[in-house]
Amino acid sequence: MALTEILPGLVTVIPLISSIIIPIAGMINRLYSWHIVVAATFACFLISLFLLNSVLNYGTISYWFGGWQPPWGIEYVIDSFSGFVLVIMSFISFMIAISAGEYVKKQVGEERMVLFYTLYMLLVTGALGIVTTGDMFNLYIFLEIASLSGYALVAIGKKRAALVASYNYLILGTIGAVLVLLAIGFLYMVTGTLNMADLNTRLADLYHSRVVLVAFALFIIGFSIKFALFPLHAWLLGAHSEAPSVISSILAAVVLKVSAYAMIRVMFSVFSVEFSFDILPSAEILLALSSIAIIVGAVQTLAQTTLKRMLAYSSIGQMGYIVLGVALANQIALTGSLIHILNHAIMKGALFLIAGSIIYKTGIYNLSELKGLGKKMPLSMAAFTICGLSMIGVPLTAGFVSKWYIAVGSLDAGMWYFVPVLLISSLIGAVYFGRVIHNVYFAQEPEHERHKGQNTDIKTFKSKIRDEAPIGMLIPTLILAGLCIFFGIAASIPVSIAEKAANMLLMGGM
Amino acid sequence: MMIGFYAMIAMPNLVKKIIGLNIFQTAVYLFYITIAARYDGTVPIIIDSGALGLFPDPVPYANPLPHVLILTAIVVGVSVTAVALALIIRIHRAYDTIDEDKIIAIQKIETHKNIQKIKEA
Repeated sequence: MALTEILPGLVTVIPLISSIIIPIAGMINRLYSWHIVVAATFACFLISLFLLNSVLNYGTISYWFGGWQPPWGIEYVIDSFSGFVLVIMSFISFMIAISAGEYVKKQVGEERMVLFYTLYMLLVTGALGIVTTGDMFNLYIFLEIASLSGYALVAIGKKRAALVASYNYLILGTIGAVLVLLAIGFLYMVTGTLNMADLNTRLADLYHSRVVLVAFALFIIGFSIKFALFPLHAWLLGAHSEAPSVISSILAAVVLKVSAYAMIRVMFSVFSVEFSFDILPSAEILLALSSIAIIVGAVQTLAQTTLKRMLAYSSIGQMGYIVLGVALANQIALTGSLIHILNHAIMKGALFLIAGSIIYKTGIYNLSELKGLGKKMPLSMAAFTICGLSMIGVPLTAGFVSKWYIAVGSLDAGMWYFVPVLLISSLIGAVYFGRVIHNVYFAQEPEHERHKGQNTDIKTFKSKIRDEAPIGMLIPTLILAGLCIFFGIAASIPVSIAEKAANMLLMGGM
Repeated sequence: MMIGFYAMIAMPNLVKKIIGLNIFQTAVYLFYITIAARYDGTVPIIIDSGALGLFPDPVPYANPLPHVLILTAIVVGVSVTAVALALIIRIHRAYDTIDEDKIIAIQKIETHKNIQKIKEA
């Protein structure tokens, strides 16, 4: 068997096995656990790059677990959509793993370090598994692996509010997962199969059956809870703002995205586009909910006083963009929302990491205390500004590209009224990020703070960055911020892949 | 299933919420078991495969696959319960109560203090 054929399996097996090795290695030396995490996520990143490359050149790769032929056995499928998302997820988890090294030592504690990395690897296993699998029940299992380790990771920090946040996340997340399980049961009941491609062909005759309609509704609700669509977003605020920043980062950048991936997969590949949007009024419902999410998310963000809560609230609006693009269901808007999966993962991942390094260096949570940080942590704050601009959607940053595609897509669908929605939320975004950036660079420092720095007036580069975050945390954020610019200028690279994936989804293929 | 859902929404006690969650999950497990059942079906064990050939007639047997699936889902359910109970123990240590209303009251006081601090600064 050639190596390429087993690679889809390896992407999930490598993090799974390393999560078993980590506790053993951790007994010898706690630091080894971090080395293993970085190595494993890097290996996953390389493999998924290779997979994406061969998918784009030679077409879909399918791997049969244990050699059982689908639909009887479990099949892993990599097509242009899952390959695209797989590369993003493994890259972000690699970046966050690098950044975790210093942060975890201080904010989580040495004694819990091994536990932290074990759970982190399980979370990565679940997230990558959701993306690679071609089997519905397998998808449920991976969803629960990712969520369960997520619940534990939210609670691993030192603050007590994190415990309650994690509890709420657990209750709501489990409800969502059970609804998905029930929907899978319904589909199995009417078709007798669990393989996605097989379900797609067999369901074609059954689209008017009540059972199938109910199953579809349950899928949408279940996944909407998991990625915090507007009325079901209550768990996200606590979980994302109280968790250790590294975890907020991976929850926002990876776990939310794979749930959105799962919903897109179910809507387009398991059911067909015609069923999802013509027979059922799901488009209207999702469009309404996502535009409310965009506006409410933006307005609520304005009212926040702490940095991480602000970032958590803005995630709700950003997930709204992705759903909006999906619900418009034409080629341009879907391309836009697929690029937004990439862009939001990069931006929000970086922003939470920077929030983490601010907490690491200064212990500041509140927005009003950020004054003067532009001088103390110039590099981190530059990265923050770039990512903030990209969240607003300023041209030449990545956020602009995806918003542009979604806006053009909504015009294409003849629904011009979504363009003002996008514009208003961008303006509000400019207000709340502008406020932070203003605070960081231009606001007057408190009196006693200003005198502290005056004795050391040597303006060398080294003295300027002496209050900067440790290099291990700085490099990932700078790389991510650089990518925000890079994908804003060289937009054709992700766009061409996303276009291919969107075409494939709209054709209803696997 | 709805009994469990009601318990999760209405009970202020965190442990009772978990009991509700378990009822909620068990309802789905039972649903899976019922779709496996078959009139006059027997245990899916092939006794004389030689006589029947490689693919025996599936009609007299109950469908074994949902049982297997649900065995996995039960494992997931047990892990969820374990994580939730561990969380409740830690919540109890941190807040000295497992009543949701009291915890929310404590948190409100904390946020209020934080806002006061910001206003002073």
